[in-house]
Amino acid sequence: MAVAEFVIPELTEYTVVPKINPGAMEKVKSFVAPQGPQEYLGYPWELGADWKERAIDKMGDLLGKYRSLRVFMDACVHCGACTDKCHYFLGTADPNNMPVARQDLMRKVYRRYFTLPGKIAPWLVGAEDLTEDVLNQWYTYYHQCSECRRCSVYCPYGIDTAEVTMAGREILNYVGVGQKYSNEILVKVQKIGNNLGLPGPALEDTLLGLEEDIEADTGVPVKMPLDVVGAEIMLVTPSADFFSEPHVESLIGYAKVFHAAGVSWTLSSKASEAGNFGLFNGSYETMQKVAMRIRDAALELGCKRIIVGECGHAWRVAYSFWNTLTGIGYGGEDPFSKKLQQQLDNRYPQPMHICEYTWDLIESGVLKFDKSLNDNRVITFHDSCNVARGSRMGTEPGGQFTIPRNIIRAVANNFQDMPDDTIGEGTFCCGGGGGLLTDDLIEVRVKGALPRMNAYNSVVKGNQVNFLALICAICKAQFTKVFPYYGFDRGQVGGVHQLVSTAIKLD
Amino acid sequence: MPMVEVAGKSFEVDEEGYLTNLNDWNQDIAEYLAKEEKVEMTESHWDVVNFLREYYDEYQIAPAVRVLTKAVAKKLGPEKGNNKYLYELFPYGPAKQACKIAGLPKPTGCI
Repeated sequence: MAVAEFVIPELTEYTVVPKINPGAMEKVKSFVAPQGPQEYLGYPWELGADWKERAIDKMGDLLGKYRSLRVFMDACVHCGACTDKCHYFLGTADPNNMPVARQDLMRKVYRRYFTLPGKIAPWLVGAEDLTEDVLNQWYTYYHQCSECRRCSVYCPYGIDTAEVTMAGREILNYVGVGQKYSNEILVKVQKIGNNLGLPGPALEDTLLGLEEDIEADTGVPVKMPLDVVGAEIMLVTPSADFFSEPHVESLIGYAKVFHAAGVSWTLSSKASEAGNFGLFNGSYETMQKVAMRIRDAALELGCKRIIVGECGHAWRVAYSFWNTLTGIGYGGEDPFSKKLQQQLDNRYPQPMHICEYTWDLIESGVLKFDKSLNDNRVITFHDSCNVARGSRMGTEPGGQFTIPRNIIRAVANNFQDMPDDTIGEGTFCCGGGGGLLTDDLIEVRVKGALPRMNAYNSVVKGNQVNFLALICAICKAQFTKVFPYYGFDRGQVGGVHQLVSTAIKLD
Repeated sequence: MPMVEVAGKSFEVDEEGYLTNLNDWNQDIAEYLAKEEKVEMTESHWDVVNFLREYYDEYQIAPAVRVLTKAVAKKLGPEKGNNKYLYELFPYGPAKQACKIAGLPKPTGCI
């Protein structure tokens, strides 16, 4: 566990498309979920005699439910535009990590069982039987995709590999081979309230400790309220913000912003997790259950506004899917949906990202900063994949790119973007998203981080950058882990609200 | 589940080498797990491991890194109450490596 048993890629001036190395990553396999979590989530925990029929039934079910999936299966013309866009291919050289090849693992099975030519003359149309070998390949390579959707930006048909990966993982779960990391987390969030499994009393103790720290540090009694009924704002943030470095620095930043704004706010022990791994394993029902906790907590606490902390995929789920998962799409006619709609303050977007909230306060002159306190830092910003390509912030197109950068420029003097083709809509994934942030996939994570590390290195060398600002708990944990492999100090990783926290003036 | 034999007693561990049953833990298995992790246990390591177990006993979870650094500062001096020192003790990361040696379940999530 302590020493890398693989070759760490070398940093280059820009990321070079590697010569393919077939099978390079076929041995790297995430641990399979045991009986406990599989049973809890309603899945079998081993392949039954009828696994193949189950898999094909499920595939048919998904193809019927999601028109997009059928279009993605049919539309690809193998033009190759996506081949060199995936960070996992660029870092591993395994051709199955080319998005088109990863999709084809499913497409060949789709053709065999769901198209006429594939049923009659499979050898003519690249159709193949679903065998245990193919299933194993699915497991391996659908857990070497972080569902970051960079490839879809460059696909002339807009084929979304993430949806194919999600479908692949859902079928895998359905036949009994789930991923241990994601599925254990999905149990904890439903049983305890967060991905960490941090029970209420531990959360309370942790928050009290943080209040002491802030007061010792600033002399100002900044509070971290928990389960306060009637608070105006409920903050939902990834549980890593309570637990880890550097995540906790951003949590302190949010608390200082709320304090400076003079607003009443609260965290919830029931909804002590913004993240929703239901997105990762592709199950709509699970994603809905995880999202429901937040609606329930909002109703119980009677808050007027819901704000989401620094978490990439949480923001995608909140911004793009909460409405369908828990509101109008859930029926919208149930008494609870109606009550929530009446309860929330319609003068504000619901939900709101913490960056939108802070930027509004900066624009209206409510927050004051001493920017020189960040002068020891030369900062760059990594756009998180799910925020960049799956959501938006503010009222203008591209707000998800400008708002976090505007905040950084408002609280610090030294900012430098990384090369254009590695940020914004074309941002590279950190390498640990989509349920891959686990030790058993460390090789995938380190190699997949290569394009981002090259881009970071170019501004370290060229512009003396020494701080990578982030708005995602997965990105923070991933870079903290992989920075040392590439010779960078993990102390250079932090949050946007960590920078806010450093510079904000409190009374 | 795999078993390991240490000082005449067998212990069940999961595929990542974490002890399956918290109550099985003793000094021998801690030494063994530390060796597997290439960590040489000193008095400071034991202080951290013992604190983790006490905290877990009360809260059913490992302490947050801030809680741990504060406890270390109290016990070993303020200059050691920081994340960097914890990484010196447990290079793979204090949360996971120290928990493993302390026989606690692996912390999960975006950490």
